[in-house]
Amino acid sequence: MSTLDVVNLTAVKRDPAFVDRLSPDGRLLRRCIQCGTCTASCPASPAMDLSPRQMWRMVQLGLEEEVLRSKTMWLCSLCYQCQVRCPRGIPLTDTITRLKEMALKRQLAASRESAGFYRTFTDVVRRYGRMREMEFMVRYFLATNLLNGLNYAKMGLALFSRGKARPEFPKLGGEGRLDKLFERVAELEKAQ
Amino acid sequence: MSETIKYLFYPGCSADASALEYKTSTLAVLEALGAEVEELNDWTCCGASAAPVASELLGLVLPARNLALAEQSDDQSDVLAVCSACYTNFRRTSEAVAADPALLETVNQALEVEGLTYHGAARTRHVMDVLANDFDLEDIEERVVRPLTGLTVAPYYGCQTVRPFSPFDDDERPTSMIALLETLGATVHHHNRTASCCGTSLQMTKLKVGVSMTASVLEACQPADCVATVCPMCHMNLDSYQDRVSQMLGRTVRIPILFLPQLMGLAFGLPESEMMFERHVVSVQPALDNLT
Repeated sequence: MSTLDVVNLTAVKRDPAFVDRLSPDGRLLRRCIQCGTCTASCPASPAMDLSPRQMWRMVQLGLEEEVLRSKTMWLCSLCYQCQVRCPRGIPLTDTITRLKEMALKRQLAASRESAGFYRTFTDVVRRYGRMREMEFMVRYFLATNLLNGLNYAKMGLALFSRGKARPEFPKLGGEGRLDKLFERVAELEKAQ
Repeated sequence: MSETIKYLFYPGCSADASALEYKTSTLAVLEALGAEVEELNDWTCCGASAAPVASELLGLVLPARNLALAEQSDDQSDVLAVCSACYTNFRRTSEAVAADPALLETVNQALEVEGLTYHGAARTRHVMDVLANDFDLEDIEERVVRPLTGLTVAPYYGCQTVRPFSPFDDDERPTSMIALLETLGATVHHHNRTASCCGTSLQMTKLKVGVSMTASVLEACQPADCVATVCPMCHMNLDSYQDRVSQMLGRTVRIPILFLPQLMGLAFGLPESEMMFERHVVSVQPALDNLT
């Protein structure tokens, strides 16, 4: 859906309880007065398909599929500008993180790069307990778009030549440092 | 300063690798100021921006693991974070469990497999807060052996240093660095992008959007001789993407990006081996040449 489409609310599937399933406190989104401070504060809004204000209205209306399929959340850099400025005190930025989680879990993520970024990052942390920057970069490009790696080649060389980046060889197989913790978290989430 | 202040230091993944110079300069400066700093043993990643997306609970458990370690090792000292993302994750976790005892219980059910218990007591401080508020300016001035006279510095705090948690400064117009930099002898370049976003991980996932954010920060910082930062992510974006920024703007942008503790170490006359200026992508030398 583009930003200028008119949505026929009687013809589309809606779930008015969508806001209630969002945390930290999705119900607060009902307070939104559509003032647009979020959009005006967002450094990435020009690149979004839905402006933040439009997206929050669609969340209120229960247009779950449309929201989860949009690119908007993937352009959020977590700068928290909208959240601290929201005159209704809604935790907007933290709620965007929940939208990302939902979109990933339902495999609706509109950005292959972002999905690959979050998955690869989390997997490296699970394996080693800490980030391994170079291994992460290589695996991220492998998971998304190898050619895109060329965009970063020159910068990578500069980082290597200054000792900022170090060659890293992946540990293949074996138990990951945080496997047990990740597994326990998954069990607890299922039980909830 | 009469009594010794002690901190439990959480470097985080970046300051232990690509931004190692941030860690070494921070430790050297705090030691010079008479503070005692102990690195948190067996720390793991805070989860950055990724774990909370993978799972809401995981995004709380990873910070909680480190805070539990901190409580176990020393329940008196503040946890010191130098990365704004680690800082925000730790604070977010503390607030979430303080507001919801059942959540704290769930977090502890997870931490059981690591043999840890989190009580929700550990307090996390940002290095910006510590440097600006735990030491008297007179003590800092006393340490200055090589004033930064002739150097114009643009302060840059980034987003998560002051948002959403801002216990020590304004969340849009922070000022913590100003008096510090002036005490070091530097001239402060005031601008209106001090707490704007550097682009964070958009640099990896949406390159053009990320670079345009970096560009607007760097443009505002000009014509300062250098920028002072307090976050390894901000540093990486501002320092490593200047070729891209120049391409996008159609003119060359080249401005050295330093960590605030590096500038303090320089003024304190601390060994260059702790400051490691040679690690930066954009050479720091032109800024150093401006020192009179």
